[in-house]
Amino acid sequence: MTPEIAEIWVYLSASPLLWLSATLIAYVVADAISMRLKRHPLANPVVIAAGILVGLLAATKTPYPAYFEGAQFVHFMLGPATVALAVPLYRNIRLVRRSLLPMAMALVAGSVTAAASAVAIAWLFGAPGEVLASLAPKSVTAPIAMELARNLGGIASLAAVLVIATGIIGAIIVTPLMNAMKIRNYAARGFAAGVASHGIGTARAFQVSELAGAFAGIAMGLNGALTSLLVLLWLFVAGS
Amino acid sequence: MSVGREGEPLNVVGALAALLLCQLAGETIVVAARQVFPAFAFPGPVIGMALLFAVLAARGSIGRSLDATAGGVLRNLSLLFVPAAVGVVQYGPILLDYGLALIAALVVSTVLTLVVTVGVFIAFANRDDAEGSHDA
Repeated sequence: MTPEIAEIWVYLSASPLLWLSATLIAYVVADAISMRLKRHPLANPVVIAAGILVGLLAATKTPYPAYFEGAQFVHFMLGPATVALAVPLYRNIRLVRRSLLPMAMALVAGSVTAAASAVAIAWLFGAPGEVLASLAPKSVTAPIAMELARNLGGIASLAAVLVIATGIIGAIIVTPLMNAMKIRNYAARGFAAGVASHGIGTARAFQVSELAGAFAGIAMGLNGALTSLLVLLWLFVAGS
Repeated sequence: MSVGREGEPLNVVGALAALLLCQLAGETIVVAARQVFPAFAFPGPVIGMALLFAVLAARGSIGRSLDATAGGVLRNLSLLFVPAAVGVVQYGPILLDYGLALIAALVVSTVLTLVVTVGVFIAFANRDDAEGSHDA
């Protein structure tokens, strides 16, 4: 780099504006690609945008904490966005009310399957205890999962990585899987996406239909509550 | 459901403030609950969602501004996960350290969870439909 460009770079990279802008632009590009590919499940905008940004960070040798200085403003909106899920939920209140029994049954079955199957498979492969503990809450939204992993004797940062990876896997496979199963009940499809892969699954569900998104949102909240409860029970039983 | 008067300009700031206020109330409840049960693990925003839902149910309407603001945020929900996803790639080597075990556990478990959840939901939804009440 010439000295002038280096000076501009020093100025820009010290301000949150640069990586905030980069995050928004990467998403706009990723969303356009996803739209162009008719919302194909493999063209997941989260994956494409993250890929672009990881490339930029590597090319400019920017460490993640420096990137997050700017990106935190986007990350912060996850809170109000979670609150906003109440709106589609309320709009679909009649269907939600009628679906209370299917929702309760599917929640219990899905929540237990998510934790038990992940732990069992990793255990078969010989993963150590702290990894199993970090894996158990992997279908739950990140802030709960990190706390639960810590309470179970796992590693919070590993839990966060597993949660995001689960979200991305679920968001990619949910549509082809449900189509292959010939499931046309979008409330059920959305609910499954929310139980299996929390917010990222919910984001995918909103791409498919608002109804699916509403049910994914409530599934995410309920699975967080139930998994917390199951972990408390587990700790109580294991501790006594 | 009433959506508010058409001619009125959207009050986006008011709607955002309402969302933040619900989150703040949710976070406050979590902090208070932790004083009593230190192991209590639950995110404030999810409680905020329940609070907003209760407010909407009590009011009987959403309002045009909140409807538009919430819709705008939720249509771009994917954007909000980008910073965390970038972090995962940065910490990706942890995943590779445990290699095949973790990848297999995540993929197989996610497929199983989706299949079981949707199967149970459909089984009980169809049972309800067979008993009568059927619309949409």
